[in-house]
Amino acid sequence: MKGRFGEFGGQYLPETLMPAVAELEDAYLAARADPAFEAELAALLRDWVGRPTPLTDATRLARAVGLRRVLLKREDLAHTGAHKINSAVGQALLARRMGKPRVVAETGAGQHGVASAAACALLGLECVVYMGTEDMRRQAPNVFRMELLGAEVHGVESGTRTLKDAVNEAIRDWVTNVRSTYYLLGSAIGPHPYPTMVRDFQSVIGREARAQSLALGRLPDVVVACVGGGSNAIGIFSAFIADAAVRLRGVEAGGRGIESGAHAASIVGGSVGVLHGTRSMVLQDPDGQIRGTHSISAGLDYPGVGPEHADLAARGRAEYVARTDAEALDGFTLLSRTEGIIPALEPAHAIADLAHIRDERGTDLDVLVCLSGRGDKDLETVMQAIG
Amino acid sequence: MTVASVTGAERIARAFARAKDERRLAIIIYLTVGYPDRASSAALLRAALDGGADMLELGVPFSDPLADGATVQQASAAALANGVTVADCLVEARSVVAEREAPVLFMGYMNPFLRYGLDRFATDARDAGAVGVIVPDLPAEESAPFDAALAPAGLVRIDLYAPTTPDARLARLVPRSRGFVYCVSLTGVTGARRALASDVASFVTRVRAHTVLPVALGFGISEPAHVAALRGLVDGVVIGSAAIDAVTAAADKPAALRAFVRGLAEAGRS
Repeated sequence: MKGRFGEFGGQYLPETLMPAVAELEDAYLAARADPAFEAELAALLRDWVGRPTPLTDATRLARAVGLRRVLLKREDLAHTGAHKINSAVGQALLARRMGKPRVVAETGAGQHGVASAAACALLGLECVVYMGTEDMRRQAPNVFRMELLGAEVHGVESGTRTLKDAVNEAIRDWVTNVRSTYYLLGSAIGPHPYPTMVRDFQSVIGREARAQSLALGRLPDVVVACVGGGSNAIGIFSAFIADAAVRLRGVEAGGRGIESGAHAASIVGGSVGVLHGTRSMVLQDPDGQIRGTHSISAGLDYPGVGPEHADLAARGRAEYVARTDAEALDGFTLLSRTEGIIPALEPAHAIADLAHIRDERGTDLDVLVCLSGRGDKDLETVMQAIG
Repeated sequence: MTVASVTGAERIARAFARAKDERRLAIIIYLTVGYPDRASSAALLRAALDGGADMLELGVPFSDPLADGATVQQASAAALANGVTVADCLVEARSVVAEREAPVLFMGYMNPFLRYGLDRFATDARDAGAVGVIVPDLPAEESAPFDAALAPAGLVRIDLYAPTTPDARLARLVPRSRGFVYCVSLTGVTGARRALASDVASFVTRVRAHTVLPVALGFGISEPAHVAALRGLVDGVVIGSAAIDAVTAAADKPAALRAFVRGLAEAGRS
């Protein structure tokens, strides 16, 4: 069966959308086989996104956490401030190629919404972004950014008013306007071909980071990345999956602690289910209702995870842990003070995990961290939390 | 009760045949179980039958109903707030089937069924006297495990087809349908609309080319005039959001629903 990662993945969608995902898969495969598409994407990644992003040898951070070396893959320096732009620009190119004049996207933290709005502005596409009203409150500057970039931001009042409800509403829009509309999904979730396509577009992170690591002498011992839906993580992991000696480690949002139930750790604290078109690990109650989530980081506040991560976890190829809000805040401060880099709260979970990696596996390690985004958007949240 | 020895598909066929003999469209009413509250579901389901419904769809509430518009979303959220589970829906079905002859289907999203256990659900649904399920987020490509669970229990899974479904896909999938063929009247989510989609006739004709089963049309149908306009085109109509709206608006909810369904049923008579 196509679009499967072990027992995970698939296309759990209303019939209305089945022809659309088939058309999307065909168009995507044709685009990737077209040198003109690849050339245009490569040029945009270089000249507009600012790739390759640097690999920073974080020596003061390494000393602070007691690891031999910590390397930061600097997706925070990509245009619009996060890795989301890698997939947004690729998919916007695909939308234009498919002749879809209108793009819908969902956003949690606002980073994918901003990236989508920017890519649509660049390519002259109409852009509608669905965002939970709770997230709009938490991420007001990003709402303004999207509007500046010409996008229409639609507040979503249903359910928990966060990312999952924004995805529901984006899918409803897509069902209704499927003939004219491209759904620019932001994470490696959703029905096939999205998990594969988003991974492919994000795999540039891993390809660059692997080459940059080798240029510094050797492959890292551990690659660590935060995981909400899991797009930055699958992007960096993908280049190392074949390197059996490289340990892959995903860090989910532990919120107020797994025991509290107030978290967003779908692999660590969830079970197998179907959400948003894919079979994966989800947070659900005993009746199969999707549970509300909590994370200080809006971008990780999602009750599911990409199906490829579920499979990597099931196969034991990657390990997944959860770090709490409080630990993430410590990671946020630590990176700011040791390296002069203010991270987004999402990768602050990965920074927070470094001390645990040291405790579990010793100090004699090179660890590569995907620093998926910058922290400007989170200043107000952090001010309230530690102020 | 003799229902257990008759398959779901046969009971559905009988309901459509009777409507056809009486020269009218079969009326299928969807209601979310546990809306507006747990206690009123039983009376509302019976009121729909008293008003002339031939078949019932018992809506199993889900937290993330991505194929539904505002009405069913709100009814679902209210039902969940009332604590309604798959088990409650089975109890409701058992009670109505024990009293009435009408075929009962469950309509709900995949995850609650998956969590309940597909084999366990099929057995319990059969024991409750239901005829089958409709799962809006389970296309043919993903349906094999659920179908395998339903078949030994004699239950059917009703497939949905949409105006966007290409002819080649209809040709491949429609002949595999059981019971009846459910056509989605519009490109979009559920919810009452003022007018029928303009391409309904050509869509239904495209579907009919691949089946001799009864064809029912749902999504967006909200008033007697819509039903009247569909006479001669389809064999049945599914009304959900408009039925829920009728319930929501009324003080005497069963009486209002009965009258609403009666109006639809009358409009379906030739």
